[in-house]
Amino acid sequence: MIKPGRIWNYFFKDKISGFGFLVVLFILLFGIFAPIISPHDPYTQILDFRNKPPGFTGEVISYRLEPDLPVYTTAVKSVTVHKNTVKYLDTIDRTFEIEKKMLNGKDRTEWNKKIRFYLGSDNFGRDILSRLLYGIRISLLVGFCASTISLIVGVFLGALAGYYGGLIETCIMRVTDIMFGFPLLLFLIGITAAFEPSLTVVFFAIGFVSWPGMARITRGQVKQTQENEFVKVTEVLGFGKSRMLWKHIVPNSLTPIVVMYTLSISSAIMAEASLSFLGLGAQPPIPSLGAMINSGIDFIKISPWISIAPGFVIASIVIGFNMLGDDLKSTADPLMKK
Amino acid sequence: MIQYTIKRIFQTIPVLLGVIVITFILMYMIPGDPVVSMVGERYDEQTIKKLRKELKLDDPLPVQFIDYVSNVFQGNFGKSFITGEPVMQALLVKLPNTIILAVTAMVIAIISGLAMGLFASVNQGSFLDKVTMFFALAGISTPVFWMGILFILVFGVHLKWLPPTGFGGVEYIILPAITLGIRSAAYIARLSRAAMIEILEQDYIRTARMKRLPEWKVLFKHGFPNILIPVITLIGTDFGSYLSGAVLTESIFGWPGIGRLALEAILKRDFPVIQGTVLFMAIVFIFVNLFVDICYGFIDPRIRMENKND
Repeated sequence: MIKPGRIWNYFFKDKISGFGFLVVLFILLFGIFAPIISPHDPYTQILDFRNKPPGFTGEVISYRLEPDLPVYTTAVKSVTVHKNTVKYLDTIDRTFEIEKKMLNGKDRTEWNKKIRFYLGSDNFGRDILSRLLYGIRISLLVGFCASTISLIVGVFLGALAGYYGGLIETCIMRVTDIMFGFPLLLFLIGITAAFEPSLTVVFFAIGFVSWPGMARITRGQVKQTQENEFVKVTEVLGFGKSRMLWKHIVPNSLTPIVVMYTLSISSAIMAEASLSFLGLGAQPPIPSLGAMINSGIDFIKISPWISIAPGFVIASIVIGFNMLGDDLKSTADPLMKK
Repeated sequence: MIQYTIKRIFQTIPVLLGVIVITFILMYMIPGDPVVSMVGERYDEQTIKKLRKELKLDDPLPVQFIDYVSNVFQGNFGKSFITGEPVMQALLVKLPNTIILAVTAMVIAIISGLAMGLFASVNQGSFLDKVTMFFALAGISTPVFWMGILFILVFGVHLKWLPPTGFGGVEYIILPAITLGIRSAAYIARLSRAAMIEILEQDYIRTARMKRLPEWKVLFKHGFPNILIPVITLIGTDFGSYLSGAVLTESIFGWPGIGRLALEAILKRDFPVIQGTVLFMAIVFIFVNLFVDICYGFIDPRIRMENKND
């Protein structure tokens, strides 16, 4: 069993090992607080500011043409306020006049903003930084949900197979053999292609293809734990089989399962990015990191930042979880630390 | 040995059948009527009925399944909704391109991965070791498709050393092969480092060093051959990542292989081609694993014996 105190000691004794933990912590914070820290709305399109480089600043006003229409944000060069109307000069020096009641908000700071694209803007004039922060949320959501599905299914079936053996074990293990017969991403492509593409399909597809690994590890672990003295004691005490399995054997087999769970989060995030890149994951305009990379390909010569930034973010998330998993592995098994 | 080989072949049969069952279920779950997707929006009842009969879609499910299995065993993977071309034919035309790409990538991955792993293990614990291992971790954690885009940008667009995309001479294969091989190279580097470190602590290495053998001889004659089995295992199990990676890599570099065929099918929602490609690659993957397993039987007598006692 991993003891929290031991992990703490381990991380803070060895600076390099703590790095993965810190990266994951930061990414979690970025994901959780995305709505607060992101400078702009990730969906707002400013068509005059398409493919702008990092650091670009500009002025915009936002208004509604009709009360029930969505807010329209447009780039301006200058704005003059009159009694009932507002006049603005657009980026190619055309003058427009709009009524004050159409403006989005009462205060001028609400409808007339200076905006800065810290990491540039994409091919629809959306702020890349804000989309990245929201993209982290989606990656984490898929990572956690898909891995949790695979954890629940894998541990349940693996424990049954390891504990009861016999026909149950043979059946479950044959199914895992079959699932391992598919190359992972291709299996995912096959599944997601059979449905209307959406994030929900991605959750379940990734969870569905990744439980066999978890089941194999749990089975091996349960078999090993079963050999322990304390299990034999509980057997002598006459505990029920299912109580023994779920209350005594499984909790004592958790260490490699926790490691596997951490590593499976990173592979789920990578899988989601790949599927979204191929157009089989989250659909536009959802800011998924993989889809963002794909949308930048056509503009790679004029605005490479559209594709570059999301790749860095995916790589950092995955590096973080992989390092954390490696650290947990060596904490759990100090002999492996070299 | 023959006993082990036969046993291993028999173990493959249920896996193969299972893979076909899953692909069949996935085909069956596809939204909408396949006939309507074939003929498009403008159709009349007669054509639909005729096509349904031709495709045997009105047969009961078990009959359809048996038909499907017998078709697959005859190498008939269905026809494209869009071109009407048999999927198998399209796959066989594109297969050599994917094999060339995958083999080149594999050679690059093995050479660079082993070099990195050995280098790191010899310098174990040093700064160079840490840097090398960080690169290996980054190689595992970086999306293949993004790496490909960066290569295109740097070597194709800015430095103009190599053509960014396309197909033709040797210069076209370099970037896609490196892209496809990076992940595997990183895995090989990590594994060979760990295996080498373990072996360098063994008694026979100490003996060799005490005999005052030159260090390169200790490493390459006594150390290196012993890490080959885990490395070969890894290359075999990692073969699936070449197939998966081919879809991503080929789509970026415009390489006309199976991966690109699958991607085009995804974009056009040409389901028979998608599922046919997935099934085809799964079958290739299963046979590669079978081959690798039988190979170890030859390399390592311990594996043969273990299986005998099962």
